[in-house]
Amino acid sequence: MFEVTTDWYLTLSAILFSIGFFGMMIRKNALIMFMCIELMLNAVNLTFISASKHFGQIDGQIAVFFVLVVAAAEVVVGLAIIVSIFRKQSSASVDVLNVSRG
Amino acid sequence: MVDLILFFIPAALIIIGALIVVFAKNPVHNAMGLVMTLVSIAIIYITLNATFVAMVQMLVYAGAVMTLFLFVIMMIGVDKKEQSSESIKGQTFLVSGVFLILISILGYVAISSEFKWDLWFEAVEFAVEGTPQLIAGTLFTAWIFPFEIISILLIVATAAAIALAYDSKRKKNDV
Repeated sequence: MFEVTTDWYLTLSAILFSIGFFGMMIRKNALIMFMCIELMLNAVNLTFISASKHFGQIDGQIAVFFVLVVAAAEVVVGLAIIVSIFRKQSSASVDVLNVSRG
Repeated sequence: MVDLILFFIPAALIIIGALIVVFAKNPVHNAMGLVMTLVSIAIIYITLNATFVAMVQMLVYAGAVMTLFLFVIMMIGVDKKEQSSESIKGQTFLVSGVFLILISILGYVAISSEFKWDLWFEAVEFAVEGTPQLIAGTLFTAWIFPFEIISILLIVATAAAIALAYDSKRKKNDV
């Protein structure tokens, strides 16, 4: 009978990361791109947790907390930037962004 | 058998949710696909003995972060049509190629037995249980300095978000 090993979790994580990368590259809406970044961060978190299980160390789960906090901070700042861009350009598409000045 | 079911059903939901995030046209559908992925990942965490992290994942990601996303989607409108034309010629083709290369490299690293995961630590048979007690015991002793730094980061991010989204012109007009 098959047994669920660490490799399986790592493969799942690899697939999730690649899908996130693919979406990040082909979508043009800034909001969707942010969601794809979340997918990639979650893939990394899954790797941390499965390594934590594999080696019997708790530190992998601590690292997940830090990734979680960084992701939350990034989403807060990123969405604020999107809102302020939307006020100026009335679009969330990254194609219309050609200036750095606000 | 139960192990397999508890792996494959959440794994399938994770991948379906991720595909919804990438390919759905309506931003609200994308957000719901992301919720599906995040909740399924929390289930996987529980099977990996990381129960506290699973709860935090549900509260912070599937709760707070998704609320923020939906809030902004509602604010800037859901009907913004994305141009389907490629702004860079052959973009989808190139990205698909890079996607295939990336997934083969990552899959090879994950599956291949040439990469010895047990090089630095020994693999163990016993499972470490991610209880709040154990996590707090490690977080507030060995990891206390990163913890303090990350608290400062959160404060800075909050202040930056307020400074960015605050519309000073509209305020003046109202008064």
